[in-house]
Amino acid sequence: MRHIISLLMENESGALSRVSGLFSARGYNIESLTVAPTEDATLSRMTIVTSGSDEIIEQIIKQLNKLIDVVKVLDLNDGRFIERELMIVKVKANAQYRDEMKRMCDIFRGRIIDVSDSSFTIEITGSSSKLDAYIESIDKAAILETVRTGASGIGRGDRILKV
Amino acid sequence: MSSNHISGAEIVIRCLHEEKVKFVFGYPGGAVLNIYDAVFQQNKFKHVLVRHEQAAIHAADAYSRSTGKVGVALVTSGPGATNAVTGIATAYMDSIPMVIISGQVPTYAIGQDAFQECDTVGITRPCVKHNFLVKDIKDIASTIKKAFYVASSGRPGPVLVDIPKDITAEKYEFNYPKSVHLRSYNPIIKGHSGQIKKALSLLLNAKRPMIYSGGGVVLGDAASQLTKFVRAIGSPITSTLMGLGGFPASDKQFLGMLGMHGTYEANMAMQECDVLLAVGARFDDRVIGNPEHFLSKPKTIIHIDIDPSSISKRVKIDIPIVGDVISVLTELNDLLTKEKTKQNPSLKHWFKDIDQWRSMNCLSFKNDKKLIKPQFVIQTLHKVTKGDAFITSDVGQHQMWAAQYYPFEKPRRWINSGGLGTMGVGLPYAMGAQLAFPDAKVACVTGEASIQMCIQELSTCKQFHLPIKIINLNNRYMGMVRQWQEFFYGNRYAESYMEALPDFVKLAESYGHVGMKIEKPSDVEPALKEAFSNKLKERLVFMDFITDQKENVFPMVPNGKGLSEMITAEDL
Repeated sequence: MRHIISLLMENESGALSRVSGLFSARGYNIESLTVAPTEDATLSRMTIVTSGSDEIIEQIIKQLNKLIDVVKVLDLNDGRFIERELMIVKVKANAQYRDEMKRMCDIFRGRIIDVSDSSFTIEITGSSSKLDAYIESIDKAAILETVRTGASGIGRGDRILKV
Repeated sequence: MSSNHISGAEIVIRCLHEEKVKFVFGYPGGAVLNIYDAVFQQNKFKHVLVRHEQAAIHAADAYSRSTGKVGVALVTSGPGATNAVTGIATAYMDSIPMVIISGQVPTYAIGQDAFQECDTVGITRPCVKHNFLVKDIKDIASTIKKAFYVASSGRPGPVLVDIPKDITAEKYEFNYPKSVHLRSYNPIIKGHSGQIKKALSLLLNAKRPMIYSGGGVVLGDAASQLTKFVRAIGSPITSTLMGLGGFPASDKQFLGMLGMHGTYEANMAMQECDVLLAVGARFDDRVIGNPEHFLSKPKTIIHIDIDPSSISKRVKIDIPIVGDVISVLTELNDLLTKEKTKQNPSLKHWFKDIDQWRSMNCLSFKNDKKLIKPQFVIQTLHKVTKGDAFITSDVGQHQMWAAQYYPFEKPRRWINSGGLGTMGVGLPYAMGAQLAFPDAKVACVTGEASIQMCIQELSTCKQFHLPIKIINLNNRYMGMVRQWQEFFYGNRYAESYMEALPDFVKLAESYGHVGMKIEKPSDVEPALKEAFSNKLKERLVFMDFITDQKENVFPMVPNGKGLSEMITAEDL
């Protein structure tokens, strides 16, 4: 099953490679991994999207907690949470595709952030599955380039990950 | 600059003094010359010059295994650090507390492919508990303080501190922190009381209770608490390779070692028990074999371990107790005293089964008139040393025979590489133990293949007058490789034959030691007696025992099979 794991870690050089090294050394999947400093500059927040059986997810959480630089770990799937990912897509927007691309962008509540004679650059946010759905819905031949940030997640309501 | 400023190199040394380090094992080189200059000008710890960095780490590791203190090693950048990696990985797999200080090229040269540069922190990351690159002289003292704290607390392990050369030349004031707090690192010490009570009641009401103890008992200095507890509840107990000595081997409750080369009774009892208590052990593949087969006989499993990630890693645990083994065992003992519980009446029947398995006498072997049996050498070693020696071993058949035929009564007497299985550790391990206990008997049980992986250390032994007794079980084969090739590869002995062996007697003599070649069974005991006699008390003795080439280690659980699917000597 797909899990989104959020963690707070010391914002130190090498901390990222400790986490990514753990995943490769123990053969765990990483679907995506995003990291950036938090409002407290000494801490980074990382979101890892992974998949595995309950036993494997339990081991992943334990192994992450074992890393000396990791301060807190939360499996967002243990409760209610919100997930968002940003995708920027450059699509063909010549005469053949221009209307279609505008319409699909509106349907997925995206925004066109750059325009040229022959292309649109579109920004879309949502859950990773929504972004997948957008890609599925448009003509593959029209896609020039895509870039995705990987998912970020946060617990709903009172669920707070903080030191 | 104020007058109390000292160099970064001197700060490193002062930190080691603050930690009351007695021995530093190391090898100099360009990036650590400033540190070595500071080593030269102090006399609070002794520096032990090895002949290869790998041996520095192993020796420091054995110093730690034998004393319980943090082992310390010092190596240079580049090849110094890469040579150290095998030693670090060995210590990591067996959770040995160590601090390794490595030199690094100057900060301004990092990333420039400088001479003797390598990404030491990157290379060692997967085989250390933690590591640091110190980029500022202000951080040296606090980093070393953290390194000692992290290495020795929680589940112990090696910690590496990489220090660039320019920082060791700069000057700054020395201020060693009194305490250390890491918000991201808080090992759990005390076990959950509710779980502990539940565990005790399960054990007391079990029909076939069993205890399985591991290296955690030895590392956690919990042997006496374990012994007290096991004797009080009266159940049988087995031990992993790493746990030997955690419970006295001569006690009738002890079933011997379990696992791939465990005793028949220990493995059968593990398989047949209904409540199992694992203490500081990790259910690894060499110990329980195939986990599905292991669980095919239903049992309730209680697991005490300081590392939460060890729990339910290979086998699902019913009653996990996360905590320091000594703290949890003490609580269990207190509960037993308070409740004045009677011994479990089912034990009588259970020991009847066990006695039947015991009567298989699975470790019996036939002595030969002409050929020296390796098992006989170990038994005689036990007799001659009265069971009171520090025994180090290398890796292979001789290691298993030492574990099987040298019963350990005390913890920290059996020193070997369990997890990583590193050939070559035996001699440097013996160095670390002998330096820690200069008056003790230290024997290195090895084979002609393993010993050659760190043979250069005979020179270190000469320099530091280490009277180690080397028991070389020389069967002219990489014995364990040959055994697997005999059993599983149709006797095709691919590259497992040791051709062109040196004359070990002359080799030992050339280093200034005593060499002996023993070829007849009747010479085994006299040779060992002579080696351990007062006459040779101050000397390293290299005993080259020419043993039966075809001897195998039994019982054996083939790889991937269940614990009760053993091959015994009689099966063949």
